[in-house]
Amino acid sequence: MNEVILYSLVSLAGIGSVMAVVLYFVAQKFKVIEDPRIDDVEASLPGANCGGCGFAGCRNFAEALVKNESLEGLNCPVGGSATMTVVAEIMGLAADASEPKIAVVRCNGSRSHAPAKVVLDGVSSCAFAHSLFSGESGCPNGCLGLGDCVTSCQFDAIHIDPQTGLPVVNEKCVACGACVKACPRGVIELRNKGKKDRRIFVSCINTEKGAVAKKNCEVACIGCGKCVKACPFEAITLSNNLAYIDFEKCKLCRKCVAECPTGAIHELNFPPRKEAAPAEALTEANG
Amino acid sequence: MGGVHPEENKLSATKPIEVFPLPQKVYIPLSQSLGAPSKPVVKKGDTVKVGQLIAQGESFISSNIHSSVSGKVSKIDDYPDASGYRRQAVFIDVEGDEWEESIDRSPVLIRECNLSAEEITARIKAAGIVGLGGATFPSHVKLMVPNGKKPEYLIINGVECEPYLTSDHRLMLEKGEEMMVGISILMKGLGVSKALIGVENNKPDAISHLQKLAQSWPGVEVHPLKVQYPQGGEKQLIKALVNREVPSGKLPIEVGCVVNNVGTAFAVYEAIQKNKPLFERVVTVTGKAIPRPANYLVRVGTLVSELLMQSGYDENKSGKVINGGPMMGKALSTIEVPVVKGSSGILVMPEQESRRMKEVNCIRCSRCASACPMGLEPYLLATMSSLSMIESVENERIMDCIECGSCQYTCPSGRQLLDYIRVGKGAVGKMIRARSAK
Repeated sequence: MNEVILYSLVSLAGIGSVMAVVLYFVAQKFKVIEDPRIDDVEASLPGANCGGCGFAGCRNFAEALVKNESLEGLNCPVGGSATMTVVAEIMGLAADASEPKIAVVRCNGSRSHAPAKVVLDGVSSCAFAHSLFSGESGCPNGCLGLGDCVTSCQFDAIHIDPQTGLPVVNEKCVACGACVKACPRGVIELRNKGKKDRRIFVSCINTEKGAVAKKNCEVACIGCGKCVKACPFEAITLSNNLAYIDFEKCKLCRKCVAECPTGAIHELNFPPRKEAAPAEALTEANG
Repeated sequence: MGGVHPEENKLSATKPIEVFPLPQKVYIPLSQSLGAPSKPVVKKGDTVKVGQLIAQGESFISSNIHSSVSGKVSKIDDYPDASGYRRQAVFIDVEGDEWEESIDRSPVLIRECNLSAEEITARIKAAGIVGLGGATFPSHVKLMVPNGKKPEYLIINGVECEPYLTSDHRLMLEKGEEMMVGISILMKGLGVSKALIGVENNKPDAISHLQKLAQSWPGVEVHPLKVQYPQGGEKQLIKALVNREVPSGKLPIEVGCVVNNVGTAFAVYEAIQKNKPLFERVVTVTGKAIPRPANYLVRVGTLVSELLMQSGYDENKSGKVINGGPMMGKALSTIEVPVVKGSSGILVMPEQESRRMKEVNCIRCSRCASACPMGLEPYLLATMSSLSMIESVENERIMDCIECGSCQYTCPSGRQLLDYIRVGKGAVGKMIRARSAK
């Protein structure tokens, strides 16, 4: 009986040691040399795998970072500059100081401002509605309010306001850009978060002529160009009957907001003005 | 394969074609055919005559557009089309009714045509003829057979399988002789000796009329067909008439067929024998909410609202106004849109009929799969499309879908299958274009 146990032990030990030697040489021969920094970088990333950086997931992004040996053009919008500083430390580089961004909904065609003229009787999908017709209000550029952006968001940061029928972005937004891609009309834009969360933007992307745009929506940008003249920093440009505020040049002076005849320019999170504040712009804010 | 049997409701089948009174103003859109929009050749302030060229098709797939009225071009600007999106259109204020002298307006039938095939194609192109069945594919392109392909049959589509619509039916009855000449011209243009006219059995008067006429035209045969939707789809019609299947992603010429609508055949007659470009067409105005259903001969650019008023339209008693038939047509967001070359009918549904069923869960009955005339699995395509599984739907041959709506019509759960499939088709189309652009 003892012999059986002894033989089993000896033969198993023998096979084990032979295999160990074989495995050792195989491992040496087919060794994959991986930069240990990839693991470190990946650990410092948020791990949301949202794809906001343009890569399939955080691991891919970490690999790209380490392989590139530079941070140029690579940014984790979710972690922002804090994460990128940590990454830069691991890589032994200086971090690119990129401003934190946030998604901004550039349409204020709410149910009261742009009343529906027809009813969509079909699936609730912006992509479908966009291919079908110009929209319930008639505006061919504005928000359709069917929530493709809401379904695309992985961070619970965008919701449709049942009162206005427009999406509202909350503070959970990490600027991954998923909603920007999901919107078939390009209503949403990633803009600088701004000092103290203050932002000024044109809340309209309608490129129709002023009279036509105004017919469908009372708060449309009519392309009058008053804001362009009012801006002391040349931050506002006008093309296709539409004003656009460059957030890199904008110094948040608020001069344009007061000029806009239709109230299409919105200011967010500013303290009330000393003289009569434009109440509408503050309450309807949807950045 | 597949198909459904919706209620026919051909309310206007007995109504002869009426010439619609001249409108005060017309809005002629510059994209009236498949392919690139045409380029305007008139400018603001120009006076135009009926039949004068106002826009030229410049790319391979595009068509010429002619003025449908005489008068003054008041402006060239954007005007909402049937989808509500604004597209370029020529606005003309109507003054009198002065036609181009070259157009033969006499009702005399001219049977002989001595033109060569190339000349026929060129004349059809110049006259701006497009497929009048609804897809508005430029007709001259169909006559230019690619090298290495040999057409055997010219198939003439007189099926009109859409419920309610009767414009082709009336045209076959009233303009049968002219149509036969048009068919013979198309046969010559293609170099084929056989033309098959497919007509569904629900139009016995048209069948017997055409059969009588066909006796004096060698090679032209009239085939009565079993009533079934969507037999008017060109692939379905080829299968029914010559029992050949067009391979996935290919054109009918692959199996030796070229399909044209009866309306197109009539337009070809007018263009070649009467020198009259395509600027008017028969439009059915119908529906249970319309007191006087009718078939009107309408100048392109006339507003749909004018047609509806003539037939006694009442906004309060109607629900949806649909451009086209109930199966494939699209609801209009405004009735102030112009009639175009592809408008076959305007359908007004009463409020209670126009609402969709409430959507509930799929019960896996597979009725949609049995109804699909292309042999697809609509439930699968719709689900995958709603989940944005774009590569998967492409592999499931979503691009073969002809958007006939049989699946959605037959679904007992009221699932909006076609809507989702259209979303998926759009996304796949985009992906394919991006791939070929690389």
